[in-house]
Amino acid sequence: MSAPFLEIDRLSVRLRRGGEGRLLRGASIAVAPGVVHGLVGESGAGKSMIGRAIFGILPRAVEVIEGAVRLGGTNLFDLSDRERRRLVGVNAALIPQDPLTALNPSKRIESQMTDRLTRVLGLSSAAAKARALGLLEEVQIREPARLFRSYPHELSGGMRQRVLIASAFAAEPKLIVADEPTTALDVTVQKQILKLIAEMQRRRGTALLFVTHNLGVVAKICQQVSVLYAGKIVEQTDVATLFNAPTHVYTRALMAATPRYDRPEQSLAPVRPEVIAALNREIDETDKDWAAAHSAPLRARA
Amino acid sequence: MAEPRALHRRRSVRLWLGAAWIALLLFAAIFAGWLSPHDRLAQDLMLQTLPPAWLPGAEPGYYLGTDSLGRDILSRILYATRPALIVAIVASSAACLAGSLLGLIAGFFGGWPDRIISRLVDIWMAFPPVLLSILLVAVLGPALSSVIIAIAVIDWTRFCRVVRAEAMQQRRMDYVDSAKVAGYGAWRIMAREVLPNVLPAIVVLFSLEMGIAVIVEAILSFVNLSISTDDPTWGSMIAEGRGIVHQAWWVLVFPLICLFLTVLAFSQFGEGLKERFDPVMR
Repeated sequence: MSAPFLEIDRLSVRLRRGGEGRLLRGASIAVAPGVVHGLVGESGAGKSMIGRAIFGILPRAVEVIEGAVRLGGTNLFDLSDRERRRLVGVNAALIPQDPLTALNPSKRIESQMTDRLTRVLGLSSAAAKARALGLLEEVQIREPARLFRSYPHELSGGMRQRVLIASAFAAEPKLIVADEPTTALDVTVQKQILKLIAEMQRRRGTALLFVTHNLGVVAKICQQVSVLYAGKIVEQTDVATLFNAPTHVYTRALMAATPRYDRPEQSLAPVRPEVIAALNREIDETDKDWAAAHSAPLRARA
Repeated sequence: MAEPRALHRRRSVRLWLGAAWIALLLFAAIFAGWLSPHDRLAQDLMLQTLPPAWLPGAEPGYYLGTDSLGRDILSRILYATRPALIVAIVASSAACLAGSLLGLIAGFFGGWPDRIISRLVDIWMAFPPVLLSILLVAVLGPALSSVIIAIAVIDWTRFCRVVRAEAMQQRRMDYVDSAKVAGYGAWRIMAREVLPNVLPAIVVLFSLEMGIAVIVEAILSFVNLSISTDDPTWGSMIAEGRGIVHQAWWVLVFPLICLFLTVLAFSQFGEGLKERFDPVMR
């Protein structure tokens, strides 16, 4: 397998003030070109935080305290703000969670798609337009030329998500982060969107980090998975291993909690208290080790 | 479905009536010299306090009567549209520009710029506005430019507060994050992505502010703190008419009607614009 394009290396973040613990506890993920890496975990585990750290759009209250995010070998935290924007703008793209607010309501679809191509990638406006139109066709939008002239509020949720997917792939980035791209959509549309993303990724050989809380989605499109709990990656493996022989108790508990139509009696099991206790012990261990390896103020707080 | 349509028509009516009155004012201001039947400054003691044309004792050619110095009221009202509109446009633009820019910076960037600007607004709004404007004009000397400066200096806070709130709301939208991801700089995102979404609010406020500016100018004229006393403004005409309202009500009433309709037109125009923007933007 080729060298990973995205490397997240022991990334830790915490709240700027008042935060006792870390929100990400030394998470490491590597995604090679052509690979779809699933990032699963429950709400609040820090899934989106990882995606946001890559793009430098963490909430203001959150700061990175340790670790590195490397794109093609360059650590983003070593760059100036301008250099980082440039590197990320050219090489990475985000498919956001909520298609309703991810498009600027006052701009036509055309300029939202082509501005970036002309400004960041330096394409001529004709070339940018041609490329954007081609991509809209690829995401199966019937009348791309008409859609070009529309404003976002004239489109349905599914249409908007298609536009966002087309925009993400339009810059031909080497990495795409999809942050729960199907959560805001209804089930029938979800399936089409998922298929679309997977196909486009395969055709281009993009490295794709797919953030989701849905194990079914992981099984469908990912090759590798990281399971996140409380900002710590508790299991990281390929998909076949995850589903056939999950090693971590939490992963097993998550599987048992997934609805299954073939075996209803085994599905929807709540995560048992002893599993949670074990998890919390593991998190405490991690924090203790980390505090021990670090400077005095952190130890003082522990 | 009948109801929304009817609603829409009513909104359009107020929008177009407001626009029509504003257009009429503009026309009057531009062609005042050509429209006025008499010299706005010519006094004629033989023609003191003539009633308007439809009342007994009227003199032909003096359609709205004359004031206590025998000056033609219609001509004076027509000329007075000039200072009123100049103040409305220039003062509101200055207040809008300064207030919107500061509000946009405060709302979009947050943090210390927001804290500084917000405190400044708080302090500003603790001053009673009418007293502050009278004080400012008294210090700067009575002139149209002083009136404009006074209004802009006082009213930028209106724009600042509203634009700040709107920008804060927009800043949280995912499209701002998408723009950051695409590699755009913060100032560009503020100007090109966020500003267009705040613009409807600014346009509406601007229209309301023009009405307010007209009133403030009238208040300052009323207390003799606007332009030179010879040249007519609605406020100074009202002040002159106040003393003789029992003998010649028209001296007071006609400029008052103009003032009232103008302020109403600006506010209705603003409201109409707001409702026109609303269903699309929200």
